[in-house]
Amino acid sequence: MKITKHEVEYVAHLARLQFDEEEKEKFTSQLNDILVYMDILNKVDTSGIEPTTHAIDLTNAFRDDIVKESVGTEVTLTNAPDKFGDCFRVPKVIE
Amino acid sequence: MEYEPVIGLEIHAQLLTDSKIFCGCSTKFGAAPNSNTCPVCLGMPGVLPVMNKSVVEFTMKMALATNCRINPVNRFARKNYFYPDLPKGYQISQYAYPLAEAGYVDVEVNGDKKRIGITRIHMEEDAGKLVHDERSPSSYVDLNRACVPLIEIVSEPDMRTAEEAAAYLRRLHEILVYLEICDGNMEEGSFRCDANVSLRPIGQAEFGTRAELKNMNSFRNVQRALEYEISRQQYVLESGGAVLQETRLWDDSEGVTHSMRGKEEAHDYRYFPDPDLVPIVISEEWIGEIAKTIPELPLEKRERFVREYDIPPYDAGVLTATRALADYYEETVKCSGMPKGASNWVMGDVLGHLKEDKLDITSSPVKPKDLGAMITLIEDDTISGTIAKEVFGEMWKTGNPPGKIIEEKGLTQISDSGALESTIDDVLKANPDQVGQYKSGKEKLFGYLVGQTMKATQGKANPKLVNEILKKKLSAL
Repeated sequence: MKITKHEVEYVAHLARLQFDEEEKEKFTSQLNDILVYMDILNKVDTSGIEPTTHAIDLTNAFRDDIVKESVGTEVTLTNAPDKFGDCFRVPKVIE
Repeated sequence: MEYEPVIGLEIHAQLLTDSKIFCGCSTKFGAAPNSNTCPVCLGMPGVLPVMNKSVVEFTMKMALATNCRINPVNRFARKNYFYPDLPKGYQISQYAYPLAEAGYVDVEVNGDKKRIGITRIHMEEDAGKLVHDERSPSSYVDLNRACVPLIEIVSEPDMRTAEEAAAYLRRLHEILVYLEICDGNMEEGSFRCDANVSLRPIGQAEFGTRAELKNMNSFRNVQRALEYEISRQQYVLESGGAVLQETRLWDDSEGVTHSMRGKEEAHDYRYFPDPDLVPIVISEEWIGEIAKTIPELPLEKRERFVREYDIPPYDAGVLTATRALADYYEETVKCSGMPKGASNWVMGDVLGHLKEDKLDITSSPVKPKDLGAMITLIEDDTISGTIAKEVFGEMWKTGNPPGKIIEEKGLTQISDSGALESTIDDVLKANPDQVGQYKSGKEKLFGYLVGQTMKATQGKANPKLVNEILKKKLSAL
């Protein structure tokens, strides 16, 4: 096995996902299959090749430092599950 | 056992661009909450960030000013974590390929020069702001700051005292402000500092376990927090305990650091290259162009002022605190030819009046040209130092040149010995007792008689001449 249930639980926690036991078993096995498949790719000799981060060969896509109009507070808060005044309201995060 | 502190600093500086790092929203501080926002900085699905070119150039400036190596290829990475002030669930930062590495700055502590290494400088986006209300079970999120450009400057663990750390922090601060790439405002959070500190027995090569200090929003607090933390760790070690690796918050009012233990989880940011942003390739030509824009930096300027104007290092330090002040001083020197006089007036009356009126040097009502002219008028004895104070006050109020004020108010110094002789005769006649006491040996009364003469001329008499004539007349009595 390339991955254990314990690691699945850990990654799920980092992603704030909750699974029941059955799901954990299922994902462990599925993720294992994916990682085993990756082993095939690992057989390719990549020595001397720079790690690729982008599929297209493009660099330096810049914009000039010019201010554009923002969408405004009202639009910003349209989809907020909870708001107060001009702010998003969230459960208290410190203390 | 003797312990040695090991300190490293992480500094976040907000860059003074007009727009955000990946979108066109304004970076202006103090706007209504959530008004400087758009789908990109709100982290809406399907949007794409586009890199602000000025952010790259500002960061290159800092890299060059701190003797860093600029990497020819750099990339952005995603730092993944959840927090309400982070709309995307990840922060776009740089990880394996930062813009700059392996630099240094020199600092001076108690006359000793020391070189502090800089590990790396990288670009990233800021998070939003959380507002807490003690009486409410909620926190409030303002995303105006989300996506505002930051650079993070990480030092080597080269500092050994809190004082060295404060000196390093001040040096970086003044360089950033000189380069005009950060406003350096610590209260508004545009210049923030975290510190890593550990203790090790003197002579030991390995570092001890470190604590990370946060929440220090002034130079003084950084030094105080480090001093406190060093003595706390020393106490822990001396009483046989072990320092825990943890984050501690500085409490300004109590003057102590508190552990954040319990709220902290092991961080696992799962960095990976950001596929939305293409690599940035920096050519030698581009670096050359940016290098041309680097102004004389504070330390060089300070040394030049001491050398060129023959003023004390302390004065040079005050006068080079900002680029604008240094320019003001140099312009005054140019207009008066008097480096020492210019330094006295700028450090004294100009800075004093600015502070009183809460003004910035750039908005000083007295221009260097006029201050220079006034200093020249003192030097050629047109006005006395005392009258100059009055003239300066008037210049500050009206913005008029000194010549005009002196003429309008009739403040020209009396350097006509004939006129002064008769005034002094009157003074001597009016003060027979003091004259008698002076003659019988109370030499202190000479000053009194000078004062009376100055008063009789409303301060307009040339003091040198008054001294001369008075001495002559008294000895003839």
